[in-house]
Amino acid sequence: MTTPLPMAGTPANTNTVGLTKNDYRGNPTTLCKGCGHNSISSQIVAAMYEMNVLPENVIKFSGIGCSSKSPTYFMNRSFGFNSLHGRMPSIATGALFGDASMKGIGVSGDGDTASIGMGQFKHIMRRNVDMVYIVENNGVYGLTKGQFSATAEEGLALKKHGKNSYMPVDICMEAVISNATFVARSFAGNPKQVKDLLKAAFGHKGIAVLDIISPCVTFNNQSNSFHSYAWGKDHEEPLHDITYIAPRNEIMLEEEMKEGEIREVSMHDGSIIILKNLDKNHDPTNRAEALQILDEAEQNNWLATGLIYVKTDKPSLEETYNLVDTPLNRLTESDLRPAPEMLEKVNALMF
Amino acid sequence: MNKVVNDFSIIVGTKNGSGSSTANNTILRAIFKMGIPVSGKNLFPSNIQGLPTWYTIRVSKDGYTGRRETNDIVIAMNPDSFSRDLASVAPGGAFFYADDIKQPITRTDIAVYPMPVKQIIRDDPNVPTDYRDLVGNMVYVGVLAQMVGIDIEKIEAALDFHFKGKQKPISMNMGAINAGAEWAKENLEKKDAFGLKEMDKTDGLIMADGNTAGALGSIFGGAQFVAWYPITPATSLAESMNDYFPTLRKREDGKHTYAVVQAEDELAAIGMAIGAGWSGLRSMTSTSGPGLSLMTEFAGLAYFAEVPIVVWDVQRVGPSTGLPTRTSQGDLTFVNFIGHGDTHSIILLPGDVYECFEFGWKSFDIAERIQTPVFVLSDLDMGMNQWMSKPFAYPDTPMDRGKIVWEKDIEELKGTWGRYLDRDGDGIAYRTVPGNRNPMSAYFTRGTGHNENARYSEEADVFVNNMDRLVRKHETARKYVPAPVLHKTRGATVGIIGFGSTESAIIEAMHKLDNDHDLKADFLRVRALPFTKEVTKFIEKYDQIFVVEMNRDGQMNQILTIEYPQYATKFKSVAFGDGMPASAKWVREGILAKYDAGNAKGKTKAKSTAGKSKKAATVKNSPAKVKKTPAKKTSSRNK
Repeated sequence: MTTPLPMAGTPANTNTVGLTKNDYRGNPTTLCKGCGHNSISSQIVAAMYEMNVLPENVIKFSGIGCSSKSPTYFMNRSFGFNSLHGRMPSIATGALFGDASMKGIGVSGDGDTASIGMGQFKHIMRRNVDMVYIVENNGVYGLTKGQFSATAEEGLALKKHGKNSYMPVDICMEAVISNATFVARSFAGNPKQVKDLLKAAFGHKGIAVLDIISPCVTFNNQSNSFHSYAWGKDHEEPLHDITYIAPRNEIMLEEEMKEGEIREVSMHDGSIIILKNLDKNHDPTNRAEALQILDEAEQNNWLATGLIYVKTDKPSLEETYNLVDTPLNRLTESDLRPAPEMLEKVNALMF
Repeated sequence: MNKVVNDFSIIVGTKNGSGSSTANNTILRAIFKMGIPVSGKNLFPSNIQGLPTWYTIRVSKDGYTGRRETNDIVIAMNPDSFSRDLASVAPGGAFFYADDIKQPITRTDIAVYPMPVKQIIRDDPNVPTDYRDLVGNMVYVGVLAQMVGIDIEKIEAALDFHFKGKQKPISMNMGAINAGAEWAKENLEKKDAFGLKEMDKTDGLIMADGNTAGALGSIFGGAQFVAWYPITPATSLAESMNDYFPTLRKREDGKHTYAVVQAEDELAAIGMAIGAGWSGLRSMTSTSGPGLSLMTEFAGLAYFAEVPIVVWDVQRVGPSTGLPTRTSQGDLTFVNFIGHGDTHSIILLPGDVYECFEFGWKSFDIAERIQTPVFVLSDLDMGMNQWMSKPFAYPDTPMDRGKIVWEKDIEELKGTWGRYLDRDGDGIAYRTVPGNRNPMSAYFTRGTGHNENARYSEEADVFVNNMDRLVRKHETARKYVPAPVLHKTRGATVGIIGFGSTESAIIEAMHKLDNDHDLKADFLRVRALPFTKEVTKFIEKYDQIFVVEMNRDGQMNQILTIEYPQYATKFKSVAFGDGMPASAKWVREGILAKYDAGNAKGKTKAKSTAGKSKKAATVKNSPAKVKKTPAKKTSSRNK
């Protein structure tokens, strides 16, 4: 199914901004062999290359944990900030004000997001900060060697910790409830879908949450675990086939149009995602339906993947601030320091 | 009876939330407009409505603004604090009270004046029923005006300011004030000694609170990003920025050069501020102790990742929630070492509202120059109360954006650029910010160990080299932080070190010690950490140095002892933290209790007669009699 769109007039290995795939790579990974996170990093590299994104226009963010290390493993030419445990959202919120033409890609984990970072996660949703927020979700704490995370399913047994007796947090449900404007779930073992969702998320203006089930090969890859390759492969229920259409390629749509089955979502940058419904017939623009499909999946032990919810008419945080066109971090003293006569006026006000 | 002119205190006891602040501010501003030095302090509970609250006004012809511990005139409007208020009046003082409070008057050594507040308001046809309680406060303003001689025209000017010229509330309140004054004129006989007489000592001065001053200073410093979370007593700082940004940074296209975000908590507030500072904005947050506790982890990250931000800490009493509406200087050691591991902070210590403005803009220059958090420690007394001040001074230096490099600079550096590479030997590396489109400009910022090129490293020597560079950087900072202010006394034999809002109380105590005890002291008001060379010189000069501060443990004293172990035995801690603003009395008594007469340089008599009066605010520039020459001119503000 993976057929990158042909880029007429450019050499095969160079995209329209003149870069090769290598220009999107990062340092060699130091995560475990077979870690789902590495596969996600590869898809980020591929998606950004295929979307002709200049790495200089992207800021990478992360918190703390295995997942949060991964921004080192892609896009070396982008600025990055590996922040504190659970605090990626606040760092990203502030940083993106520096130059509002930049787009954020954040990588967090289930511990970083659903435990220590739950508060900041929910608040970045409601602020609609313009970034892709990836949760590499494996249900386990890797760096501290295998404790349950808040997304681990009830009843899961881990070597040193016995049975998990708490109910899991559903990151997508939390995101939808917190008024996120783009919520999707995927599975690291389905790279094509990961990539298409990444592209759609990147094209979205506002917060785009991608909860990617990313098995931990070292601490949580038992075939009975929700967060394992085997389980994911068996239980994945894609809501639709996703095709991402880059801007200026609308002509391609025609042949795929089929009444009833096809749902199109236009993104802010002019791109379009085409969702070819499978048996679920899910409308991702309907918030109540989004919650319903998540609930249904949980009840039936499915891994519902695809675009769960999207709302494209809400301004991003930066847009609501009515900022000057020049990036704020390029402003100089003449823009920033009021004139001396303004101080005279202020002093006159101080009775 | 001897008249006491322009030198007394007024304390108004009311219920919190009863709307007395307009009345009290009116008294304060009217006296200020009469040219008489005056200060006001709100002693309020952590409560929205109902608990007792006091407002203290000090009238001081000599210009002292420290808290006065004697209550000369007490106005009792609250039955719940009536007996306490009555007991607090100094012998020979005056006691005004609302006569609907039917409680026994047990004092005969004071002048007592009942005021028919409710009756007067009921008789006023211009006051709607639901405004009676609010406007009722104005009756005591009128009575007091009549009895001590506050100029009614000045009161009107104060109201005009308060209500921004809106005629309806002005005339309604003036009606109550006039009625109160009329009634007092007809019915009260002056039995106390206190009176006001116009002076010209406030000419050219302004009146402001430190939080507004800090906000304005920050805006004139080019603030671009503010993230904050409400907390007493810092809230009004961020709110003032919201108030003034639209006017002061107005542009023709109506677009904004700044952003203010109210965060979900202090963790997020400082996180956002660090994100913005990292991406090249003049970025700040404001908070108080409990908020700062939450910000600690992020402060460590900003220190280690070298991100410029400004953090205002308007101090209140800790530990924990402590006394949330009382003033303190109790965060000093905490901030000095904030964060785990080896850290040291740059701290600015404004002494008054004028410096709150000045450090508002200067803090950004220092933060961006040194690439580190700069903490500005104000306190509740300075931040929330109204103070007389010289008009704020326009920044006298251009913005210093520090060692920031853009696309062209990176090209010129030809691959020799490294985010944490100390090219100049001053510990400060060159930094790029996101949005720099040169492919060589990006780096990965982290709180983990890193080498000169910002790459992850756990190598022992790489780590130590980086930590040593941070020490070097901190040394460089000494050249950029504000030098202390020296107040001299002719023939001083001992030194006093203080900081922040205690200045006026210390100066008053210093004059008292000289006049009444013949103990002559020079007073150095420290304005920043790390200490500058002037502090070292001052310490070298005296055998006894009293370190005065508003906390229990003597935190400045602790830091001085660490920084100057060779002089540790010189320092005598005069520390007291009960939540009340410093008074000259406790400063003086604290110093006398620790003073060792046998160990003072020069001759010092134990005690002398009282009575001589020295002027505050204008310390004489006198050549010292003792051998040592003064380190600095009197009252000079060093850049």
